[in-house]
Amino acid sequence: MSRLIRMDSSGHTTLAEWTAHDAEAVDRAVTAFREQLDRGYFGMVSRGEGHAEQVRELPVHAELVIMRLPISGG
Amino acid sequence: MGAEAAAALPEVADVYWRPRVTAARLRRRERIWTLYTLAHVIPFIGTAALLMLVEPLAFAVAAICLVHAWIIPALYAQRGANVLLPRRVRPSGEKAERVSVGLLGDLVSHEARELHARTGLMIERGTLGTWVVGPVGAVLVRHGGRRADCWCVRVADPDLPSGDRIAHLLLALRSDEAGFATVANLAFSGATWRVRRRTRSAGRSALDAAAKSPR
Repeated sequence: MSRLIRMDSSGHTTLAEWTAHDAEAVDRAVTAFREQLDRGYFGMVSRGEGHAEQVRELPVHAELVIMRLPISGG
Repeated sequence: MGAEAAAALPEVADVYWRPRVTAARLRRRERIWTLYTLAHVIPFIGTAALLMLVEPLAFAVAAICLVHAWIIPALYAQRGANVLLPRRVRPSGEKAERVSVGLLGDLVSHEARELHARTGLMIERGTLGTWVVGPVGAVLVRHGGRRADCWCVRVADPDLPSGDRIAHLLLALRSDEAGFATVANLAFSGATWRVRRRTRSAGRSALDAAAKSPR
């Protein structure tokens, strides 16, 4: 089961869960992912220790997709 | 996979006037910081020495010069150490803190999780050195452990729990280390011991772990 989560004030919120062969669930996840992009979030996928990748489309086979906010110099 | 990957951190576009950080550029900035520190220290020490030579009774003024030579670099180092300060957790936010730390734990090794439990900070090995990442910034401990660069960097949402803040920085750092250093503001660059002595014990433990981290 893959998960799309957003880091927010609650710690994190699960926005969608899907498996690659469930087309309806994938569609819902893609819609949720795009909504978050429109809200200014970036999609991130962890690629094992020390590596992460920003994604602009939902990677359907990824186990965990994390939405993060932009960072800036403090 | 069908996912379109983007190599560069998108936030770099917001600081288009900054040249992208490279190892050579960072080394140059570190040298400038050293010269800047010397430019503060040497004139005051020189003035103090000259005063004592010309008029030993002016020792009080000479002492003030020496205090200036000490305090100005100390204030800069303190500014650097402040990037490792923890955020205050509101009682209502304790559950969110626990949830955020759980997510952060999923992203890192057992060793890093253990360090975070002890210090509230994460360490992450990069190509420029080893990073100590906190909720409001990060310290880059350069290879060899003798030099530290302190960076202020934040996430815009003030309500985020600290685990999520660190996860934001960690994910950005992992996706584009040079971009991360370009976006962040360099608050201090100098000897690691100067930062270490001005951090809390948690920060010292994390800096020690970073300094010992293999290349």
